[in-house]
Amino acid sequence: MDNASFIIQQLINAIFLGSIYSLIALGYTMVYGIIELINFAHGELFTAGAFIGIIVLAALQNMGFVETHFVLTLILVFGMAMAYVAVLGVAIEHVAYKPLRKASRLAAILSALGMSIFLSNGMMLSQGVSDRAYPAIFGLKGFSILDARIAYGQIFIIILSLVLMVALNMFVNWTKLGKAMRATAQNQTMARMLGIDIDRTIRVTFMIGPALGAAAGVMVGMYYGSVRFDMGFIYMIKAFAAAILGGIGSIPGAVLGGIIIGGVEVLWSAFLPSEWKDVTTFVVLILVLYLRPSGILGEHVSESRV
Amino acid sequence: MAKSDVKKFIIYSLFLGILILPMVGFPGRSFEAARAFTIWGGIVGILAIWLLNKTIRHSDMYLRTSAHLAPFRNTVLRKFSKLPTRHYILLLLIVVGSFPLLANNYMIDVGITCLIYIVLGLGLNIVVGLAGLLDLGYIAFYAVGAYSYSLLNLHFGISFWLSLPIGIVIGAICGCIIGYPTLRMRGDYLAIVTMGFGEIIRLVLNNWDKLTKGPNGLLGMSKPEVVYPAFSKGGFEWVVYSLNSLHALYYLMFIIAILTVIGVRRLDNSRIGRAWVAIREDEVAAELSGVPTTWLKLLAYAMGAAFASVVGAFFAAKLSYTNPNFFIFMESCIVLCIVVLGGVGSIPGVILAGIILIAVPEVFRELQDYRMLAFGLAMAVMMVLRPEGLIPATRRKQELHEADQSSPED
Repeated sequence: MDNASFIIQQLINAIFLGSIYSLIALGYTMVYGIIELINFAHGELFTAGAFIGIIVLAALQNMGFVETHFVLTLILVFGMAMAYVAVLGVAIEHVAYKPLRKASRLAAILSALGMSIFLSNGMMLSQGVSDRAYPAIFGLKGFSILDARIAYGQIFIIILSLVLMVALNMFVNWTKLGKAMRATAQNQTMARMLGIDIDRTIRVTFMIGPALGAAAGVMVGMYYGSVRFDMGFIYMIKAFAAAILGGIGSIPGAVLGGIIIGGVEVLWSAFLPSEWKDVTTFVVLILVLYLRPSGILGEHVSESRV
Repeated sequence: MAKSDVKKFIIYSLFLGILILPMVGFPGRSFEAARAFTIWGGIVGILAIWLLNKTIRHSDMYLRTSAHLAPFRNTVLRKFSKLPTRHYILLLLIVVGSFPLLANNYMIDVGITCLIYIVLGLGLNIVVGLAGLLDLGYIAFYAVGAYSYSLLNLHFGISFWLSLPIGIVIGAICGCIIGYPTLRMRGDYLAIVTMGFGEIIRLVLNNWDKLTKGPNGLLGMSKPEVVYPAFSKGGFEWVVYSLNSLHALYYLMFIIAILTVIGVRRLDNSRIGRAWVAIREDEVAAELSGVPTTWLKLLAYAMGAAFASVVGAFFAAKLSYTNPNFFIFMESCIVLCIVVLGGVGSIPGVILAGIILIAVPEVFRELQDYRMLAFGLAMAVMMVLRPEGLIPATRRKQELHEADQSSPED
């Protein structure tokens, strides 16, 4: 394999990984933008999405549905995973976060952490400790550019995440509900005075963010071929680093941060010992928080918010 | 029964059902409705009992009966509160101290684990409870203690007692290294960064094969030794006694725990402790009142790390073995659970929670798998219903219930 194809291969890998991190980071950023709380359970929601995907996909495969209706299968798998996790997100918000909206920050964070532990152990109990194989539906089919192998699955995932991001952007910028979300994020009290239903806005945020995370979960499962109950942890830290890097609360920032983190990780694994690649993410995260806590695209955050 | 209560009850049970379904209903590739509904039913049952209890408590009959019983209850409570606290402490010491004489080896081992987690909880309590800095990577310091003793003992043959102060210093330095970049952060950011640091330390231990032997771990550290003079016919000689038996290790851990309780108590009531509480309550105000916040936050990290380091060294010495997988993120969560359930900032609370969280799952071994599930749920429920913990710290309780007490006077 020559240099050019190596570069193309790594580039595709970086975009692929970056778009997955971006999708998860969007969930963090949206929730943080609205209630200024880091949703610790987000990593677990992502894993839950992957597991729902496995269940739906396996059921459809057993029925022999995948061969006959391939596109419909994809829609069903993503749709059901996203729909379920959206409801799960609202449930968590209602049970664990809503009663603590006026309480101290520490209480809210601990409650979120408790939910995260609860969900991850629940998944361990029901899905088992070992890796679960994802039914392969894309196979190894693909095409080559200059010797660089690109799987159709990869292309599909990149396109789907682009579509989701564009849809989110349109929703936030052009619809009435999106406007309400932006207003709530800017100033909750003022938004309430102007007649915006804050509870409903928060609920919608807790539907969209986790749904995007669930989509990313299904993508990860489909691409890597296996999922594990605790895979959410490492993705959560990386997506969090992406959200911070881009500027927490900023939607384009989350996408940019995701691409950068994905790129750094791919570069690192390409040239340096890959067992240290997770350490780089942490180091990037800590450096960003130390040097520029507001991130690349974030507005200036006052000391008290950091 | 109030209508809003019933409505709330229905909504919450619905949401809980949704929460629990994927957790229990999908083992493998099929959906187990029966299992899911049993667990859901259990939780809804608890909710229903709670609702019933609330209804009864607000009914006229209950209020009338409790009014009749009030004088009696007050007398009993007064009698109990007249006993000085030191009687309780003495009783506790006797029970804990005589425990190994009555228990078998397995129970002593559980007892040691309990004491280890209590000391870890007390150490984390300095960071979370007093200084108000949420630390999710606390177990890293425990690892630092364990590995510093192991390496010192294996490479230089340094004894347990000598490596304790060295371990404390290394732990405190690590605490400062982690604390320094996070000084400006608060709340959520701090939580994530400390979590990241915890993972970095674990990854370093796991990947630095030359020094730490990677995932295989280090093996063969010597046990702590005690030297005592013995008088025999020939006069007087020093005898080296190695603390090999579980009984001896239990008493060593017991002494460490007592010293920790005394140390944390003294810290809590000191000038430094009050400064920490001031930082926790309002950092800006504390800074303006002349509290050196930077130094005190670093000190909190260093102190917490020092306690964890001591226990870490003990843990490594007890097992004569360490490996990076002892120090995963879940362990940090368990320690945090102990602090949160016991009551943030409360010493008796942490001790009680340590016993409950470590010993109870051992008693109900068949429910072992559900341990962390219950811990996580308990943490969230505790925050919603009783944020001050099982045994609240006096200071904290007053803060949290200021509103209730002041409202009738207005």
